[in-house]
Amino acid sequence: MALKSGNKKNNSSKTETGTWKVKVGLAQMLKGGVIMDVVTPEEAKIAEDAGACSVMALERVPSDIRKDGGVARMSDPSMIAGIIDAVTIPVMAKARIGHIVEAQILEEMGVDYIDESEVLTPADENNHINKHDFKVPFVCGCRDLGEALRRIGEGAAFIRTKGEAGTGNVVEAVRHARTVLGEVKRIQNMDATELMALARDLKAPYDLIKDIHETGKLPVVNFSAGGIATPADAALMMQIGVEGVFVGSGIFKSENPSKMAKAIVKATTHFNDPEMLVEISKGLGSSMPGLDVRTMPEDEKLAQRGW
Amino acid sequence: MRHVGVLALQGDYAEHIAMLELNDATVSEIRMPKQLDDVDGLIIPGGESTTIVQLIDIYGFRDKLVSMANSGFPIWGTCAGMIVMADELTDDRPDPLKLMRIKVSRNAFGRQIDSFEEDLIFKGIDGNFPAVFIRAPIVIETSPEVEILSLVKQKTEMPVAVKQDNLLATSFHPELTNDSRIHKYFLSMIG
Repeated sequence: MALKSGNKKNNSSKTETGTWKVKVGLAQMLKGGVIMDVVTPEEAKIAEDAGACSVMALERVPSDIRKDGGVARMSDPSMIAGIIDAVTIPVMAKARIGHIVEAQILEEMGVDYIDESEVLTPADENNHINKHDFKVPFVCGCRDLGEALRRIGEGAAFIRTKGEAGTGNVVEAVRHARTVLGEVKRIQNMDATELMALARDLKAPYDLIKDIHETGKLPVVNFSAGGIATPADAALMMQIGVEGVFVGSGIFKSENPSKMAKAIVKATTHFNDPEMLVEISKGLGSSMPGLDVRTMPEDEKLAQRGW
Repeated sequence: MRHVGVLALQGDYAEHIAMLELNDATVSEIRMPKQLDDVDGLIIPGGESTTIVQLIDIYGFRDKLVSMANSGFPIWGTCAGMIVMADELTDDRPDPLKLMRIKVSRNAFGRQIDSFEEDLIFKGIDGNFPAVFIRAPIVIETSPEVEILSLVKQKTEMPVAVKQDNLLATSFHPELTNDSRIHKYFLSMIG
């Protein structure tokens, strides 16, 4: 595959960091897990104690970003450093789409994964970051397979479907996951002759389409994000076929964050077991308040940021 | 045919399952303790050790795994799995199962930007083994009953693969490579 040959191969006994394999590998370790948005070291500890496989350090959760309006930027490095010190699980942080320097700052700080995220206000409306230039791995959002493959082509080692962040409404997460996974299945069943035309239609790198045709799956791990608010939501996304979930506002905007966090972790493991899901879903208090995406003006949708 | 369980609470269990199936083993995902009664050996995969230990305790795996390990049941832990199997950690959390007489340091090489690949010599396997280390642990102390199978060169010459009778632990991830020799090694421990 073209993508892999771009990275140097370890053929002697010498050690190599920042390879494609170790970038994708960390995402593979997160599979079957829940990545939680946290805004303080205390919340990070609650998330870790609840069984989060990673935390996303940011200043405001998406529902507050949505409420406050204005320009949303990378968080204060001292706030991110406080979270890095508080927990032993991997820490992710967000850079604005196309903001190379925010990404450099996060890499320098030792953040484990950078989310080039539509939740923040884009810094470049034409170009995403060239993620091959970095040793730290990146996760990026997508609404369909073409967008996912463009990000992977730029070096993203981990993909999440966007959903609609800060709404507590799972409908967009479902739409985006079904779109991406449906397109993967379709490619697998296509005749090899049709792949170049498909690459043209999806505006996606041909080599990656060919790779999916051969393997029947995305070349990187795929999580779901944007609107998951209950354990049942998390289990739904897992049944649809994603490999893990990001929960933003859904935990710390619920009535009992620690209980909700633990329940979502359990539901992500036992996503296929309705008997367990009954117990997991009991007595959690109220979930975060939800927003109807259908009545939302297009320009308020975060998912349409990036391309 | 050997029937192997892979602990499927969190982590890269699917990669282990794919590798075992390529080597003609029957595989089951293990999500509850009673499922352990049906298998001849267990892999504890890579993942986040705090998450995996949390779920081990919530679902009551701890006592059962300790007694099975003590009665000769083969278990192999990769990365987080090594942490789960350790006697003692340099951190105060998580609380490991204390199956193997080893002391383990978590995230021993640093953060993700320090994750690396290195070709290792592995006792009992010919030639180099392509090892992938992701926020990996190392073994910093062993008791005499623990056999050291491999040492890493990066930063420090410390053990990254150890065996104690029916128990095997590796700091790295053979399941992320195309090389199934260590999976075959574990299958031969099952018999």
